[in-house]
Amino acid sequence: MSNFVLPLTMTMLALAALLTFTRLVRGPTLPDRVIAIDLIGVLIVCLLVALAAATAEQAFLDVGIVIALISFVGTVAYARYLEREGS
Amino acid sequence: MIEWLSGGLFFAGATLALLAGVGVVRMPDVFTRMQASTKASTLGLGCLLAGLALRHPEMSFVVRAASIAAFMMLTSAVAAHVIARAAALSGTPLWKGTLIDERPESPSRPDPAAPESGR
Repeated sequence: MSNFVLPLTMTMLALAALLTFTRLVRGPTLPDRVIAIDLIGVLIVCLLVALAAATAEQAFLDVGIVIALISFVGTVAYARYLEREGS
Repeated sequence: MIEWLSGGLFFAGATLALLAGVGVVRMPDVFTRMQASTKASTLGLGCLLAGLALRHPEMSFVVRAASIAAFMMLTSAVAAHVIARAAALSGTPLWKGTLIDERPESPSRPDPAAPESGR
């Protein structure tokens, strides 16, 4: 059970990141691209959690915390820029 | 038993994350895409962290997993709200099947007469 669930999880997360990257390239407006970048950050954190479960290494979780924090700040900065640009 | 529960949680989290990706590609509008990505990815990350905490029931793993979960639940809703507000204020076009838009002026016209230039 445990030797195929984690590779399957990582494959599905990578597939989700690939789909999101399609939207990042193709998105018609700038908010679409901001949403795609935000979702890619969350998917990277998910992938790091799966990697930490597979290797029993805590450092991946610390990296996940840092990436979540930076992704949130970046999203808020993009949104503030959009708001000022549109009005 | 714990092993099977943890594996099921990992599979559920990966499925929800994949649904978030599919929703971001398939939805017709900025706002529908945003709600698909935010809800599914938050729940998916929560399931993955619960699976991790069940698989490695040590103090260091559980504390880190709980802090990631709390931070994500707090910030993803705020980030989605901020993006949706910016998109609505900057006049992003809605889907053509949208039934109701309760804002008084048109979304593509941000009302240049309103004296809102501070902040």
